[in-house]
Amino acid sequence: MDNQLKFTDIISEALQKQHRKSDLSTFEYTYKAEITNIHRLTEMENLYRIQIIDTEERRQFIFQPGQFLMLELPGIGEAPFSISSSPARHGDVELCIRKAGNLTNFLSRVGRGTHVGIRGPFGTNFPMEKMHGQNILLVAGGLGLAPLRSAISYAQDNRSRFNSVDIIYGAKDPSQLLFTYQYDMWRADDIGLSIIVDKPDSSWKGPVGLVTKILEQMFSERGNPFFKSTYAIVCGPPVMFKFVCNMLNQKDIPMQKMFVSLERRMHCGMGKCCRCNVGSTYTCLNGPVFDYWTVMNLKEAI
Amino acid sequence: MIFRVFAREELKKLFDAMASKNKIVGPVEIARDHNGKPLFAFNEVNSFNDIKLDYTTTKLSAKKYFLPYKEDLAAFRMDENDWQKKVDYNISEPFIFFGLHACDINALNKLDKVLMGSVYPMPYYAAKRKNMFIVGIDCTPQPYCFCRSMGADTALHGFDMFITDIGEKYFVEILSDTAFNFLKNIRTAEPIEADHIHYMKVASEKNKKFTAHVDTTDLTKILDMEFQSDVWKQWGEKCLACGSCSKACPTCYCYGVEETVDINLRGAKKTKKLYSCNLIDFAEVAGGHNFRPERHVRLKYRYYHKHRGFVEAYEESLCVGCGRCGEACLANITVPEVIASVRGEEN
Ligand SMILES: Cc1cc2nc3c(=O)[nH]c(=O)nc-3n(C[C@H](O)[C@H](O)[C@H](O)COP(=O)(O)OP(=O)(O)OC[C@H]3O[C@@H](n4cnc5c(N)ncnc54)[C@H](O)[C@@H]3O)c2cc1C
Ligand code: SF4
Ligand code: SF4
Ligand code: FES
Repeated sequence: MDNQLKFTDIISEALQKQHRKSDLSTFEYTYKAEITNIHRLTEMENLYRIQIIDTEERRQFIFQPGQFLMLELPGIGEAPFSISSSPARHGDVELCIRKAGNLTNFLSRVGRGTHVGIRGPFGTNFPMEKMHGQNILLVAGGLGLAPLRSAISYAQDNRSRFNSVDIIYGAKDPSQLLFTYQYDMWRADDIGLSIIVDKPDSSWKGPVGLVTKILEQMFSERGNPFFKSTYAIVCGPPVMFKFVCNMLNQKDIPMQKMFVSLERRMHCGMGKCCRCNVGSTYTCLNGPVFDYWTVMNLKEAI
Repeated sequence: MIFRVFAREELKKLFDAMASKNKIVGPVEIARDHNGKPLFAFNEVNSFNDIKLDYTTTKLSAKKYFLPYKEDLAAFRMDENDWQKKVDYNISEPFIFFGLHACDINALNKLDKVLMGSVYPMPYYAAKRKNMFIVGIDCTPQPYCFCRSMGADTALHGFDMFITDIGEKYFVEILSDTAFNFLKNIRTAEPIEADHIHYMKVASEKNKKFTAHVDTTDLTKILDMEFQSDVWKQWGEKCLACGSCSKACPTCYCYGVEETVDINLRGAKKTKKLYSCNLIDFAEVAGGHNFRPERHVRLKYRYYHKHRGFVEAYEESLCVGCGRCGEACLANITVPEVIASVRGEEN
């Protein structure tokens, strides 16, 4: 016998473009995409419209509201961002990105036409189909509106499938409000929208306080039967969703009908780097969207 | 399973047959500690005489060969407004591990579950794993070894052949066809009853030598119940948050990814670096929020991942009981002591 071992070459498999979760080649596969537009939303946040360049790949990029992708700028970094656009638009996505560090600050300085890499979509989603025939209550605090916007688009695209659709949105001050240009469109699609700010400026005419204030108002206006057939999606800082979910639970919305999105440090999105673990749960695989019951049962979640 | 025995002097011939055409990695002595005891490491070896088959435990596991501390995941070539990504799994030839202990083979088997399981298998690991040929070797339990408690004192699979010293002969278990063929290079024989008896004697002698133990009964539940226990704070006060434990551990695989631009600005790299959950910024996010700011919370998390999370996912612990983390720890934090204290047992 010849004593030389045979080399197993798995890189040749990588050349085949397959993107199933079980394929080795999926791991580092990046869709090349182009930033086709940058819309300045506030001083801190921009909305990036990013299109996968290959039309076939763009069409095949299927995601659900609540899922995220990994955005990569070669040499600068890679980070997770919630997809903020309608799932009907496939791989022509919008990401609402806040300047927070290395990559995000760099992104705020690039122009249209920049080529970026996309991996994903990753993670769990808001179960929109399960919510058909019910009311949906979408509660957002601050940047939490970014992932919610995809669910809102879904509701707009499928308005007849839902009863009431209500958004409650809270921001620190009026200058931080995101997607102001869309509020009228949402209302036109018969989506209730209440906005509240914590620190008003002189021109602010709306309510002042926290989202819970609007929620209390809603509790007094609508009866228990309404909440019995309601799903809730709550996105925002942990303190906020904890308060909101506990309030909603008192209105007999079961914890399994409330969904939240958790944010953790992520370096892979595929259950390998362990940076996103909450207790022993991977936020990137088992989340970021969890029902509130699951979150309550996660060690170190909130 | 196929068994064979061969005379002691045949082992060198087996090594030479393997080494003639393949890269071999094995345990070697690299230095002596202040007590004059040898320190071992896994390194590439060219000669049979360099290998120390009666080594105790290497300070660091063999993971630099399957989970390098630093590894490029991809390289980019940058042009004007565009870039090309090139992925390389960083291995070009197969290699032989000559002399892995059962704990280290079990560590690979455990890593296989997460890194080569059905969800997003990791090609960087898989490419190396699929190109390693493993010769296991029996060992003598050291004072810090508790592999028996973790069910990792014998390896059932994950190797090609496993050699046990039974006195005048070596007893070998053969798991792969390749191993069987390699053995054709030397003179082997079917074991006779006396060989079986010698083998069993060696095994039972070995069992008697274990002094460190961990009680894993109901451990997942106990870890949950004692999640808020003050014992974690006590360990946290000792812990230096240095990450040496993870560095030495054969099953710690957590990492971080960084990108850098080459000096000539014409290329860039995406680099993976093994990390430790005991390091301060493990769970820190942009904006400065840290989900595990305290040392005891991070230390607890490491135990939680190994002894609870992994058990929940794969019905077995991620710890093989090699004792390396305890040996590496400057604060003398050892798994048997930590688990005993969480269980409320006096040491
Ligand atoms: C599921 C999910 C969805 C997100 N959606 C959005 C969104 O829609 N809009 C938005 O502005 N931000 C979002 N974030 C946060 C965003 O990922 C961070 O702002 C971003 O990682 C900061 O990267 P940086 O390089 O600028 O910061 P640096 O501090 O330089 O971070 C370095 C690296 O650490 C990791 N990291 C740091 N902070 C975070 C964090 N908060 N979350 C995850 N990884 C982090 C990343 O790998 C990052 O590249 C989301 C995070 C998660 C987990
Ligand atoms: S945790 Fe410690 S004893 Fe367990 S496998 Fe890792 S280094 Fe070995
Ligand atoms: S347990 Fe020991 S080795 Fe691990 S981080 Fe703490 S001091 Fe360092
Ligand atoms: S992001 Fe790497 S494991 Fe979840």
